[in-house]
Amino acid sequence: MLLTISTTYQPATDLGFLLHKHPDRFQTINLSIGQAHAFYPESSPERTTVALLLDMDPIDMVRNGRSDGNQGFSLGQYVNDRPYVGSSFLSVALAKAFSTALNGTCHKRPELVDQPLPLKATLSVVSAPAGGEALLRKWFEPLGYTMDITPHALDATHPEWGMSSYYTVTMDGVVTLQALLAHLYVLIPALDRDKHYYVSEGEVAKLLAKGDGWLEQHPAREEITRRYLLGFRSLTKQVWSEWEGAEEAADVARKEKAAAPSLHDRRLQAVLSALLASGAESVLDLGCGEGKLLRLLLKERQFRRIEGMDVSYGELTKAMDRLHYEDLPPRQRERLKLWQGALTYRDERMHGFDAAAVVEVIEHLDENRLQAFERVVFGSARPATVVLTTPNADYNALFEKMEADTMRHTDHRFEWSREEFRAWTERITSEYAYQVSIEPIGPIDDTYGSPSQMAIFTHAD
Amino acid sequence: MQISVPELSLILLVGPAGSGKSTFARTHFGKYEVVSSDTCRGVVSNDENAQSATPDAFDLLNFIVRKRLKQGLLTVVDATNVQSESRKSLIKIAKEFHVLPAAIVLNMPEEVCAERNRQRPDRNFGRHVLRHQLTQLKRSLRGLKREGFRKIYVLDTPDEVAAVTRIQRDKLYNDKKSVHGPFDIIGDIHGCYDETHELLEKLGYEIRVAPERKEYFGLEVSHPAGRQAIFLGDLVDRGPNSPDVLRLVMSMIKDGVAWCVPGNHDLKLQRKLNGKKVTVNHGLAETLEQLEGESSRFRDDVRDFLYSLVSHYVFDDGQLVVAHAGLREDMQGRGSGAVRAFCTYGETTGEIDEFGLPVRHNWAAEYRGKAKVVYGHTPVPEAEWLNRTIDIDTGCVFGGKLTALRYPEEELVSVPARQIYCEPVRPLNPAPSALSAQQEYDDLLDISDVTGKRIVQTRLRNNLTIREENSIAALEVMSRFAVNPKWLIYLPPTMSPCETSDLPDYLEHPNEAIAYYQSKGVNNIVCEEKHMGSRAVIVVCRDESVAARRFGITNEGPGVVYTRTGRNFFTDSVLEKAFLDRVTAALTKSGFWDKLDTDWVCLDTELMPWSAKAQSLIQEQYAAVGAAASHALPAVNEALRKTMARGVEGMDSVMEKFTYKEAAVDRYTVAYCNYCWEVNSIDDYRLAPFHVLATEGAVHVDKSHEWHMQTIGDMATGDEILFRATPYRIVDTADAAQVQAAVDWWLALTAAGGEGMVVKPYDFVAYGKGGLLQPAVKCRGREYLRIIYGPEYDLPEHLSRLKKRGLGKKRSLALREFALGIEALERCIRREPLRRIHESVFGVLALESEAVDPRL
Repeated sequence: MLLTISTTYQPATDLGFLLHKHPDRFQTINLSIGQAHAFYPESSPERTTVALLLDMDPIDMVRNGRSDGNQGFSLGQYVNDRPYVGSSFLSVALAKAFSTALNGTCHKRPELVDQPLPLKATLSVVSAPAGGEALLRKWFEPLGYTMDITPHALDATHPEWGMSSYYTVTMDGVVTLQALLAHLYVLIPALDRDKHYYVSEGEVAKLLAKGDGWLEQHPAREEITRRYLLGFRSLTKQVWSEWEGAEEAADVARKEKAAAPSLHDRRLQAVLSALLASGAESVLDLGCGEGKLLRLLLKERQFRRIEGMDVSYGELTKAMDRLHYEDLPPRQRERLKLWQGALTYRDERMHGFDAAAVVEVIEHLDENRLQAFERVVFGSARPATVVLTTPNADYNALFEKMEADTMRHTDHRFEWSREEFRAWTERITSEYAYQVSIEPIGPIDDTYGSPSQMAIFTHAD
Repeated sequence: MQISVPELSLILLVGPAGSGKSTFARTHFGKYEVVSSDTCRGVVSNDENAQSATPDAFDLLNFIVRKRLKQGLLTVVDATNVQSESRKSLIKIAKEFHVLPAAIVLNMPEEVCAERNRQRPDRNFGRHVLRHQLTQLKRSLRGLKREGFRKIYVLDTPDEVAAVTRIQRDKLYNDKKSVHGPFDIIGDIHGCYDETHELLEKLGYEIRVAPERKEYFGLEVSHPAGRQAIFLGDLVDRGPNSPDVLRLVMSMIKDGVAWCVPGNHDLKLQRKLNGKKVTVNHGLAETLEQLEGESSRFRDDVRDFLYSLVSHYVFDDGQLVVAHAGLREDMQGRGSGAVRAFCTYGETTGEIDEFGLPVRHNWAAEYRGKAKVVYGHTPVPEAEWLNRTIDIDTGCVFGGKLTALRYPEEELVSVPARQIYCEPVRPLNPAPSALSAQQEYDDLLDISDVTGKRIVQTRLRNNLTIREENSIAALEVMSRFAVNPKWLIYLPPTMSPCETSDLPDYLEHPNEAIAYYQSKGVNNIVCEEKHMGSRAVIVVCRDESVAARRFGITNEGPGVVYTRTGRNFFTDSVLEKAFLDRVTAALTKSGFWDKLDTDWVCLDTELMPWSAKAQSLIQEQYAAVGAAASHALPAVNEALRKTMARGVEGMDSVMEKFTYKEAAVDRYTVAYCNYCWEVNSIDDYRLAPFHVLATEGAVHVDKSHEWHMQTIGDMATGDEILFRATPYRIVDTADAAQVQAAVDWWLALTAAGGEGMVVKPYDFVAYGKGGLLQPAVKCRGREYLRIIYGPEYDLPEHLSRLKKRGLGKKRSLALREFALGIEALERCIRREPLRRIHESVFGVLALESEAVDPRL
């Protein structure tokens, strides 16, 4: 990864004073992972260019297991884009190599610190996933830069693979050197949407300090802040309240919450009502995920025994956390149990419940495994009531962003039309001696029905 | 004096404090066989005499007794046991575990006990306590038999106690573990003498009429190969000639060429002959009428014979159990009324079906035992295995057939009924399903067969432990992503690289791969080119009807292609079908089916190109890194060059390094591009099988890799576009020239962009010093490794660090996964229940969740 900064300010060699780096020396700065080198490819009164080269050690990066932050492919792999792109590593290198300039001090030419200079910065290369060129322009142009952006193909020999998310970027502007460095410090890792270290409250302070005087006024400040803080809401909220005052920030949060209930909330409410109406006292939530339905069930005294099953141990751990399982009073805890299981294996632990909920689960099973699921739930466990929901594929026509023949979630193995769902429920009723009623969930469209569909199965034995 | 007790029994020592129970127990029984109430009191309260701890102490005592009886261990209870209530609860436990209870009473004089108690200062209870216990004991003595004790010994004086020299342990009547067969097990006969005669002859028995052998009922039956017949009971009733059947069976048993267990009809006849009142129905009338013509002596012989029958037998080191109506695992080799009832009547649910017959509980569906259980009692159209049990009553008397199971061959031999002797109450229809009983049952696996800590027994490596956290991880992968478990008969093991090379420029080199096998005493090895695609296991049948018949899979096409984690290789089922059709056509064309006498095959293959399966990985990681690097590094080098041209010093090494990096990235891009090409039709795929893992009746791990390569070479002639025969060479590790030629071959292969090679011992399963050897080690080329360790991994400063890598964990994992994978196939070939196959493949998947450096 290379950053070069050129100036045509006369004498251009003053850049060396501003940066506190001698133009004729090749200087190496040690960083936690590898080194950075600062040197001058050009140095004349007409034009001077400084280069900052990141020289990361990929072996060290993997072996020292600095992958505690994001789980992505970034740090655990030897085959890694980190050594070649602008990222949070660049910010660290900037802060270390050009600390005096970034802090706005210069003993030899103090008058130049606050003077806008003609500066041109080139980054080879920048990573800008989810946004690309448009995002680069949207973020840098309001700061007064003229942008020259070269996009790169993934592989020149395989044009069918399309473009990569890497760009060679040149930005031209008349700004103070300190401002340029601060812009880069904040915006490059935000573009990259990744950090090589654990993001915590310290990041908020860094952002506010380096963004001082420009970020608050930036039209894309929310987006920049979100991406810089990797989307952690508790952290972004701190930034809002810094800018807007605590009261207004709380207002924003309240407004967000008071907005119309999401489809999922409506779905859970519908399932809850059906379970309450069934008269069930014991409920098994099959595929409970992080426990949103369980939380609602716990509030109802009708349910004396509540159990949640999920195949993912990670989800169960999350559910335990969200429900504060360990801190529940003993009586509450006795009502609730969570365990790992799978819908395609017969399981004695599923027996003996009045009702089971299967909310947005079956579409995550391959269609040819559904038969096993049917036998497990309707044949073997056989609760008196089964409340089951699944998306209505008909309704997909109304989602503008969805392409034809795609599904709402990458892991959905199928999405059924109302007709397909009805046919399936009818087969269940005849094969397993259940009765069924189907109800829509969410706003109803005359042609396409509701976004989600719910079947309530009951049996009389 | 000698006391004898059944080998598996619950023995209660009965006697007041000071009667010498503990001493007696110590003298005659093992350390762990004795469970003492005093000890239990001590365990729960720190005081052996704390009366307040008694309830908890007995809870503990009962708990220990249960655990021991469950394990089938003789157990002695050292407690006073003078009250009938305390004995009752122990007898109940004995019954629950079908163990015979015995009592040894130490009925010592009061003075003896009192004196002994005086010598023990911790026993400071009053004389009245002792007297009370003695009174209770005296009151108990007469009732012990009625309480259910099978053996009762009462010792009245210290002398009598001293006279007990040993305690004899009697084997149970059903214990015939030392008898190994071979056997011919014959189902319900019901008086069908002609068919029995015919079946025995068909099985090779010689039946001679010998009037001189009166006590052998005038018959002499023998088998030239020394085989023995086992009759599963219900010899009589309904059929035309029960007396001759009885004569034949009694003669054979007396001669030691047969065994017999009793059926419900036999026992009813026995009670009738014994003068008991029974309802004469279900064909008993015919038998009684037929017996009318026999002498009263014969009738007595029949009565005594039937009385002598033992409910079930356990043969062949416990591997074979026979009983008329079958037997649950927890009852095998045990004795109780419940066991006897189960053996003769089976288990009923208490309901009555539409024909007025009791509904039978399908115990076989829940059977998880290791022993094979052969039984009859319920007529079925065809004998079929289900969970290692088989019902061979094929309803001869109802016009079906008389069936024998040859053991250990497990071959079914039958003769048809000559006529319908009796109309069945419930029609004997053939099953309407296309699937076998086992296949239908296998439609649903039970979670308890895969979760938690598991121990899987494998032929190659004995017991393998699967840790709970690994099962947890595997359950998600298996249930959310894997193909139908009926297809999943194998998962491939991970493969370790060779040891790290000590040559300066190499991380891996064939020298180490060859040296590994050489050092283990393997002389012949096979080097195969390693293809760089994606691992694909193919299970494919000649057509869909085979899939239904052999695997019990309908409407899923003739086969499946799945990845090393059991996922569908193809996401498009139409494409998969077209692909499989090409494979079957090639197998047909090359004559594979006939040559291996099979209609299905499981192949271990590499399917190319890599980009077909790994496209998103290539684009998101490999190509992305290439794109970033190849656009960043030229700019870097230009800046460095300009700086150097200005005369700046001290940057030579950085300049050199980045110049190398730029070149390395180009080579890296070339390396991964070797394995990527566009796929528009099946013609663009290349399939390189390397193991013919299994075909009907055979797991081909007994063949050499040369056989596999040749068989695959023949197969490939069936479709030279799709199939790619793998180049290979056989190397004698002692021949330096051959070794050098193999190294040169590897150098050439890898220089031309190949991934490298796989080195295997000549035999599929090889043992050497230290046991089972790695089934294969890979040796990857220098250029290929850029994809694994990064474009510039061979910079000396990187390589020296990368060379420090440990292979131990990877190798251990490879061996365990190899053993589990082969085990799964062998179980499949033995037609074991799906849960047993699934357990093994699940194990492979579970082990794969262990944290091992993914670059190895």
